[in-house]
Amino acid sequence: MIETRLLLDPTNERAIAQREPAERPLRLDGLTIGLLDISKPRGDVFLDRLEALLRERGLQVERFRKPTFAKPAPPDLRREIAQRCQVIVEALAD
Amino acid sequence: MDLPDGLVAVVKRDCPTCQLTAPVLAEMHRAGVPLTVFSQDDPTFPDGMLVQDDTPLEVSYRLGIEIVPTLLRVTNGQPESRVEGWVRAEWRTLTGIADLGDGLPERRVGCGSNTLEPGIADKLAARFGAERLASRRIELGDLEDEIEACFERGWTDGLPVVPPTPERVLRMLSGTARHPSEVVAIVPPDLAECTVEKVAINAVMAGCRPEFMPVILAAVEAACGDEFNIHGVLATTHFVGPVVIVNGPVARDIGMNSGVNALGQGNRANATIGRALQLIIRNVGGGRPGGVDRATLGNPGKYTFCFAEDEAGSPWEALSVERGTAAGRSAVTLFAGEGVRGIVDQLSRTPESLARSFAACLRTVAHPKIFQRWDALVVVCPEHARTFREAGWTKAQVRERVQELLTVPAEELLRGTDGCAEGLLPAQTSRPLKPLKKFSDEGLWFVHAGGQAGMFSAIIGGWSGGPGGSRPVTREVLW
Repeated sequence: MIETRLLLDPTNERAIAQREPAERPLRLDGLTIGLLDISKPRGDVFLDRLEALLRERGLQVERFRKPTFAKPAPPDLRREIAQRCQVIVEALAD
Repeated sequence: MDLPDGLVAVVKRDCPTCQLTAPVLAEMHRAGVPLTVFSQDDPTFPDGMLVQDDTPLEVSYRLGIEIVPTLLRVTNGQPESRVEGWVRAEWRTLTGIADLGDGLPERRVGCGSNTLEPGIADKLAARFGAERLASRRIELGDLEDEIEACFERGWTDGLPVVPPTPERVLRMLSGTARHPSEVVAIVPPDLAECTVEKVAINAVMAGCRPEFMPVILAAVEAACGDEFNIHGVLATTHFVGPVVIVNGPVARDIGMNSGVNALGQGNRANATIGRALQLIIRNVGGGRPGGVDRATLGNPGKYTFCFAEDEAGSPWEALSVERGTAAGRSAVTLFAGEGVRGIVDQLSRTPESLARSFAACLRTVAHPKIFQRWDALVVVCPEHARTFREAGWTKAQVRERVQELLTVPAEELLRGTDGCAEGLLPAQTSRPLKPLKKFSDEGLWFVHAGGQAGMFSAIIGGWSGGPGGSRPVTREVLW
């Protein structure tokens, strides 16, 4: 007889739910676009340019900044972005 | 297991005290006491009574019987009180029979329960104790190799692991008094609850011994707080991983290495404690290279990086004491560290000269023009420590002198200075420009370890320090 061999699962046993990305808008007219600076050097250079280009097109832009790139964005900031913007661009720079 | 209410006696024939009490059991039966007798070795003993066969020892194991005879009172299926061995007065109280065992001696010690026989205890624990374990069971196929199965399921760090069977996990859990279901920490990046049981499973896989458990538990707790910020340490593109430094009597008790090759290979506790922490972050936290772990290069210490401080040979107070743990207590300190770089100084015989070597080498942490943001841990070897000891320099003096030597005019550090784009922004310095120290006040640490020969100390460069990055965390090891 072959003895059943069991191992104990070392993981957190979470089945990772398949998450669909939010639907992308086809046009930006009338939407508020958030620009999130994660506090990495020179991320602001990229976002400043992006803001200028978006404003030239008459679009609404809001700027946000994470306190530190080393930690996830605080829940309050995530909520604020979600309330005020329909689109978000996050600048990762190095 | 359903136990009948009333009295339960557990006995074995191969026990003189059980033989002595056999007539007493018959006496109880005659008196109409509701009694159930379990025999561990022979269901025909005591002779002439209805006896339950407990040669598989399941009932004895579940009742936690250590001595036979044991007499228990069971109410609503639960044992409420028990007497071990023959103690006439206590048997009389438990049975309510005032003259029970007249003519027998007042007391007689019992014999060891068969559940405690060598080799039996482990088997029983695996057979009946695994119910305490809540983790999902993974059944292996007949043709599956256990070690390959762990690789295929993504549970390893790239090296083989010890397959976490229920027997091994139960043995690991014997190293702590904490309940398997107790939550130790919420482990990033998945923010998953990590129970004592999950720690034990990963400790088995890492190759730990049960007595390492208290150290691993303290390390997991230290890693997962906001201060150490294991999420950031894991997610960064920088090299860092958790470095575990163990202080206090536990280091000696579990055989850790703080001497020759302290930062290298060859010691089981050093090697497996650091590895267990990393496996927990991988398996429970879900932090994997290429997933949330975005390290550009990483470093070999991300397999394991754990060592003990040589306190006995140190001229200074232990790192844990400096960080607020009482002397003589055991503690772990976690430091977010990259690889090891050497400080080679075989000629200095004065503390001033040696401090200058330390400072020159420490300036390169992160970058010679980046100041105030990156921490460092210096592992001072015995031959360098001797120079400081003989001159009477305290650890605070060494730190202060190194910081003085690494205080430079801010102009030297600005971006673009010396034709090098890296450096500080003017906004990161004060106006008017003042000299800056290389390390923040909490950014430079010293521990003592290493073999007796060799003038080679080590710098373990840190990561972004302070509240926005990772700060060292010290936690007492408790049992």
